[in-house]
Amino acid sequence: MLKLLLEGLLRPQTATPPAPDAEALDELGQRLQTATRTRFGRSLAIRSIDAGSCNGCELEIHALGNSLYDLERFGLRFVASPRHADVLLITGPVTANMREAVRRTVEATPEPRWVIAAGDCARDGGVFRGSYALTGAAEAVVPVDLHLPGCPPAPRALLAGLLALLESNREKKAL
Amino acid sequence: MTADPPPSLIDYLGRNRRTEGHAPWPRLTLSPDTKAAFIQRLAAAPWTLLGEWADRDLVHAAFHDPGCGAAAVLSVATVDGRYDSLAPVRPGAIRLERMIAELSGPVAVGLPDPRPWLDHGVWPVSRPLGDAAPHLPGVLPAPYRFLPAEGESLHQIPVGPVHAGIIEPGHFRFTCFGETVVRLEDRLGYTHKGVEALMAGAGPERAAKLAGRISGDSTVACALAFSRAVEAATATEIPERAIWLRALMAELERIANHIGDIGAICNDVAFSLMHAWCGVLREHVARAAAACFGHRLMMDRVVPGGVAGDLDAEGITRVQSLVAGFRARFEQLAALYDETPSLQARMLGAGRIAPELVQAWGAGGFVGRAAGRAFDARRSPGYPPYDRLEFTVPVLSEGDVNARVTIRLLEIRQSLRLIGQILRELPPGPIRVPLEKCPNAREGMALVEGFRGDILAWLRLESGGTVGRCHLRDPSWFQWPLLTVAIEGAPVADFPLCNKSFNCSYSGHDL
Repeated sequence: MLKLLLEGLLRPQTATPPAPDAEALDELGQRLQTATRTRFGRSLAIRSIDAGSCNGCELEIHALGNSLYDLERFGLRFVASPRHADVLLITGPVTANMREAVRRTVEATPEPRWVIAAGDCARDGGVFRGSYALTGAAEAVVPVDLHLPGCPPAPRALLAGLLALLESNREKKAL
Repeated sequence: MTADPPPSLIDYLGRNRRTEGHAPWPRLTLSPDTKAAFIQRLAAAPWTLLGEWADRDLVHAAFHDPGCGAAAVLSVATVDGRYDSLAPVRPGAIRLERMIAELSGPVAVGLPDPRPWLDHGVWPVSRPLGDAAPHLPGVLPAPYRFLPAEGESLHQIPVGPVHAGIIEPGHFRFTCFGETVVRLEDRLGYTHKGVEALMAGAGPERAAKLAGRISGDSTVACALAFSRAVEAATATEIPERAIWLRALMAELERIANHIGDIGAICNDVAFSLMHAWCGVLREHVARAAAACFGHRLMMDRVVPGGVAGDLDAEGITRVQSLVAGFRARFEQLAALYDETPSLQARMLGAGRIAPELVQAWGAGGFVGRAAGRAFDARRSPGYPPYDRLEFTVPVLSEGDVNARVTIRLLEIRQSLRLIGQILRELPPGPIRVPLEKCPNAREGMALVEGFRGDILAWLRLESGGTVGRCHLRDPSWFQWPLLTVAIEGAPVADFPLCNKSFNCSYSGHDL
């Protein structure tokens, strides 16, 4: 065990961070014009809500926490309660059976808050678009500030989108 | 005096009417009387229920005969929208028959639990695969009646559907005496996306994409089950190279999920060193998959007729180096798991499932194999190329968390061995062929071993080649009910550990 512990300390596995996603940054900039804006701290608490995904998005969100991406070094962390969250990260096509639970989770998150729809399903239903069992998209249930495309979005893409959120926030504070 | 050996499933039912154009195993149509006699016979027969679903006015049930390895579908026409329930002799049918009633319409007579299951009363239609009657406006969904638990000083803990982590949604209702769980009941259906209705009328390519998103962690296995069923229905022979590349992707998916889950289970008992290293290994597999196949989870790589992309010499070297690095690190982690008393203290004896229950429910995968059920679809009924590969199917009898983890550790070793053989013997040639044209409607099925267990795919193709009806049965259908038994009498704090040791799919189950 000691060997594994030491190796982890002496030879970090961590990857270099990606540049903030320009496209996501643009979208965010537009959204922020109209959204209620208050300052967040540098550290951002994220609450993930699976609104009926196939669990592919969850695998990639989980990967953000592994030693190669190490999300927390950017001041981003996942929290267990919506009461502690600045950002809600919604995945999945928001099934009719999850609509009420998503709505209540959003309500339980204190303002100011941001809502990110991660993955193609959360944008417009993705491959499941048109089904009787869906509300259609995250936007149909809550106002969404940022969409991150992909099926599922790879960890780098998720990270780039989240960093864009932080970057724009920092710029905003400098003004 | 010795008793006669039990007849095989086909010997017993072979004289019933066979449907033309159902492959590779027969589909037999039973009269209601024959079905009643069959249900009586099932009580003493070892035939495993593989799945049950409805298509128009027929209710189909698939069985596997562990004696001869063959499978068969038994069909019975509904009479006034009713049919005899299999649930009294095959408890795995309970939830499947609840689903049949609310998605398709036919009602099972003798079903001990007729409560709704996937339909929470908020869809715009009832029976979406049947008459699709519109929901009456203004009718509020009735509250779900949870099973009772009575006694002094009992309290309830409701959990979910939104969980305190990055997890799929579902509801758990714990009834506890102090810290001890008296009864756990799960309430699922939150991720129901109406996949089967979307498949109806879709072409095989589009339906394969949907199949690959039944459960994202098993995307290769689900797409493989679907594609094999299409190929069986259309009698399409796919190229050898495609068969081997599919197996390569399936084994990569297996090791990625196994290693990721082993880390997560150890994390649930606060042993984060394992979690950190297992996460690194899982990421290495995902990156190799992205480099070699163009997608980290290998989504949409298995397609009807073959595979979507070839593996070049560089890709083979990439997978070889992945396996070498993975194996070395994995052996260190496996030793660490065995040698750490704090892990053993929590895992040994926790979440035990009796072998009889695993048999009765026909639970597959590591849940079944950790409790004495030596079933692996790669072996029986079996499918290529596994008939030409050397591997063993590890089986334990303890049925606890430790046994489930140990089975998965042993299976990783076997999968690494399989990947080595596949890379050495990968045949050259094309990787995809067009599906054979079929002038008439055809039916096909397949049974594929995903990391979680056996996935059943059954479909009926219309004469134009589009999907008329497709049903995919995730292994979780027969594993979720056992989780509620595993936690009985245990402290509430053991639930995350037990739950993770099962790691059932919500999405695969909810469809």
